[in-house]
Amino acid sequence: MSSLVQSVDWVAIAPPTIAAATALIVLVTDLFVREDRKPLLGAISVTGLVASLLALIPLYEEKRSTFCLTTDPAACSYTVDRFAFAIQLLVLAGALLTALLSLTPTAEKKLPAGEFWFLLLSSASGAALLPASRDLATLLVALEVASLPAFALVGLKRGDARSSEAALKFFLSSVTATAVMLLGISFVYAATGTLYLNRIADAQIDPQLDTLTQAGVVLTLVGFAFKTAAVPFHFWVPDTYVGAPLPIAAYLSVVGKAVGFSGLILVTVMAFPAYADVWGPAIAVLAALTMTVGNVAALRQQATRAHSAVRLLAWSSVAQAGYLLVPIAAAAYTTDDEVGATVAYALMYAVVNLGAFAVAALVSRANPDNRISDYRGLYASRPLAALAMAFFLLCLAGLPPGIIGLFAKVTVFQAAVDARLGWLAVVMAVNVVIALYYYLQWTATLFRAPEGEPVKHRAPTAITATIALAAAVAVVLSGVPELVLHYAAVTLF
Amino acid sequence: MIDINASVMQFLLAFTVAGPLIGAVAALLPAPPGLKGKSPDQAVLRHGVIVTGTVLLAAIVLALGFDRDHPSKMQATTDITWIKALGVHIHLGIDGISLPLLLLTALLTFLCALYSYFKLPEGPSPKAFVALLLVLESGTLATFAVLDLMLFFLAFEMVLIPMYFLIARWGGAQRQAAAWKFILYTLLGSVVMLLGLLLIGLKSGTFDMVALATDNGRGLTHTTEVIAVLAIAIGLAIKTPMWPLHSWLPDAHTAAPTVGSVLLAGVMLKMGTYGFVRIVLPVAPDGMHTFAPYLAAFAVAGIIYGSLACLALVRPGAKGDLKRLIAYSSVGHMGFVLLGIASMTPTGVNGALFANIAHGLITGLLFFLVGALKDRYGTADLDTLAGTTGAALYGRAPRLGGLLAFAAVASLGLPGLAGFWGEMLTLFGAFDPAAGLSRPAFLTFMAIGAVGTLLTAAYMLQVVRRVCMGAYSTEAGTQSGTESGTGTTPPYIADIQGYEFAAWTPLAALTVLAGLWPAALLGLSDPAVQKLLAGGKA
Repeated sequence: MSSLVQSVDWVAIAPPTIAAATALIVLVTDLFVREDRKPLLGAISVTGLVASLLALIPLYEEKRSTFCLTTDPAACSYTVDRFAFAIQLLVLAGALLTALLSLTPTAEKKLPAGEFWFLLLSSASGAALLPASRDLATLLVALEVASLPAFALVGLKRGDARSSEAALKFFLSSVTATAVMLLGISFVYAATGTLYLNRIADAQIDPQLDTLTQAGVVLTLVGFAFKTAAVPFHFWVPDTYVGAPLPIAAYLSVVGKAVGFSGLILVTVMAFPAYADVWGPAIAVLAALTMTVGNVAALRQQATRAHSAVRLLAWSSVAQAGYLLVPIAAAAYTTDDEVGATVAYALMYAVVNLGAFAVAALVSRANPDNRISDYRGLYASRPLAALAMAFFLLCLAGLPPGIIGLFAKVTVFQAAVDARLGWLAVVMAVNVVIALYYYLQWTATLFRAPEGEPVKHRAPTAITATIALAAAVAVVLSGVPELVLHYAAVTLF
Repeated sequence: MIDINASVMQFLLAFTVAGPLIGAVAALLPAPPGLKGKSPDQAVLRHGVIVTGTVLLAAIVLALGFDRDHPSKMQATTDITWIKALGVHIHLGIDGISLPLLLLTALLTFLCALYSYFKLPEGPSPKAFVALLLVLESGTLATFAVLDLMLFFLAFEMVLIPMYFLIARWGGAQRQAAAWKFILYTLLGSVVMLLGLLLIGLKSGTFDMVALATDNGRGLTHTTEVIAVLAIAIGLAIKTPMWPLHSWLPDAHTAAPTVGSVLLAGVMLKMGTYGFVRIVLPVAPDGMHTFAPYLAAFAVAGIIYGSLACLALVRPGAKGDLKRLIAYSSVGHMGFVLLGIASMTPTGVNGALFANIAHGLITGLLFFLVGALKDRYGTADLDTLAGTTGAALYGRAPRLGGLLAFAAVASLGLPGLAGFWGEMLTLFGAFDPAAGLSRPAFLTFMAIGAVGTLLTAAYMLQVVRRVCMGAYSTEAGTQSGTESGTGTTPPYIADIQGYEFAAWTPLAALTVLAGLWPAALLGLSDPAVQKLLAGGKA
């Protein structure tokens, strides 16, 4: 009888493990650190995230599996491949930028330091675990590890009623989605008798259980669609983003979404390729709805309303989720490699969206209401921040000089055209045009003459560093788009 | 031609495109010691003159090294893979079609930089002005030099943002609204164009313009071509501008500073027509065939509409703005260009390319002159300028008046000047359109276009009469500028200054040269056009 003890490839699992270990270190250190030494926690967290990013280096262009069945080395729970590498990079770098953005609010005691850093790191480790998970149980655990701390993070602004309301809204709707998903997973397990994604794909299913499996597939997708904030599971987004601390809104819009769509990719492409006729059209319709609803709502934001900047970013992130879904739908009609366009687009989106949130964080220090009209004349008071913001917005819009945004959109278009989803390409084109209007209007606002004398506030170093980092990455990517776009042209798994 | 090493030619072309961009970045940095000049403003304006001058020099050397025996061959080509995943290449090259436009752009931008050195438009810092001007130049030159559809789109877009700021920050009355209208219009157009370009690129599997032109649309179905041409043509037609998509142009021109108007009319409008010739005609000839009659109809409608609008503006008491008038005349002139392209014959397309260059020279000169008038009078309102009898420039500023009259008759297409050949050849093209196009329809278009030339003559001569002629008393003119006297005696008007002379002479001289020796241009463009229209069959 062979041994039941599985071997563990520590190098492969290092990135999420380091994040999780740092989370525990922070939690314990918090108990022993004097009140005035709390910034130390932030430093530890940032170091931890950098370390887990460094741990990714040996995994570049590697394919390693671990936690495999001793009886069947092909059935593994954890696999690092190009896909997992790209998403882990996205998630950990996103968490790092969020952490940099949060250094100032935690140091200023706007957020409780110990809890904040622990929750952020836990969530990041869950998010990093998810793209490498290769069985439904690990996937669900990873999803919950990523989500549960996020509820608490949203509600962390103590004494702010809107923050608590946002957290509750987020929590209740998310838990419902998870419950639905669990039901779906149990249906799939009942029909196939396995939780490993590749075994589900190969399973011979009794024709009598076909309906059950189809229902299981659809219900499983619901949970991830919720995380991606795809319409009609998007209603929690604007209020949650506005209520949450700004860095957390940024985190949700990037890492939260990455968790959603990478889970979606794993279950659709890896586990249910046989049911492509079920989920393909469903995701295509979802994509079209998501981008349309997101863009139309973003278009209707009034510039002078309180929190309109974050609201607009929230709705625009809903719309962007629609673009992210297009290649997944396309994968149903052609090959799995189409999802590479999603990965490439997500990497671009993560950088520029975090950058935009970082500028929003900077502006909100002087204007707590964070209206779009507050950005008027930003160029006069902070020329570099305004230029960076303009660049981020143009990348999101997909216009030169935001070259990376343009080409990322082109790869998504290409996926739709390859899959003969002409109608979806047309819907997307119309949406890109709609989105141009509000992104451009915001950009133009930055350069208009300011009303009254601009008030000079000192920009905190951490926020400046975040903006500079995001801008530098976006500029480099615009010069060498191949860095992210090559994911659209290679085999990911 | 002088024999220049191929890699030097490559470098020169790459430098013409990238040079201004590097110059723009340098303009934003503080001047290095030794180049500080009298003041930072003066230093940065001088920097603009030097960079554009160097680029012009590079373009001239490029033209000298250009093998004029084989103008249909792409020369000075560079081809580097940029984005492998999408098959996007950095592919540069020039042939007989793009070389004249490249030279025109480099020349006009240099003259604009020179003019601004002496006369900066009122507005914020000259630093940003020079940087934007250089970005604009880089984008325009890139549009004419790139041979990849995606790069073409990038270059096409690159000029929008600097132009927006030039209008919005250095412009005159109503500049915010005009700039916003300009950017919205052209952006929407170019997004539609992008979709068409993508359709072609994804369906035929390459973005390379040379390969696509050689294929001549063979890899594309008829439906694809029709849809792609519709999308691309809308984008290009907005830029050109084609009636009825022209309404952003008069506003933009009226509000733009002199230099902005010169570049907008002189080179930016050409990007639209160049796109038609370089992309639409060779890449999707079937689709173009479907739309050619409509394009021609819109083109002649534009000719008549532009002329009638000008006639309405030139009437006494109409409060017509001279800049607006020239903008409308551009709509008419670009109508001729589009008519030539729509005929799909070598004659018509050659005429269109010639008219492009001629319009760039003449309208550039006209906008310079009107800008100078506006600076002197403080307004470009024709009624204010002309007063009761006319502005009498012949008497008050004889050189300025003479040059304005020269530019006006050149614009109306007087034989012997540049404007003539383009209009004649495009009408010739319409007289005998390509096989398969309805001859009667094109004959009608030709006839209407010919009426348009008469109308053009009518309003241009009216302009000359109202601005250059008029009652003039010698005593009033010789008085010093400070006393403007009674309302009937307009202020003293300075004649052409040295720097103005320097900026305008090249344009006037080239207008005469192109008028007397059209073969210099047609010899370059004709073989290239023949090849483009014939595709791989040639």
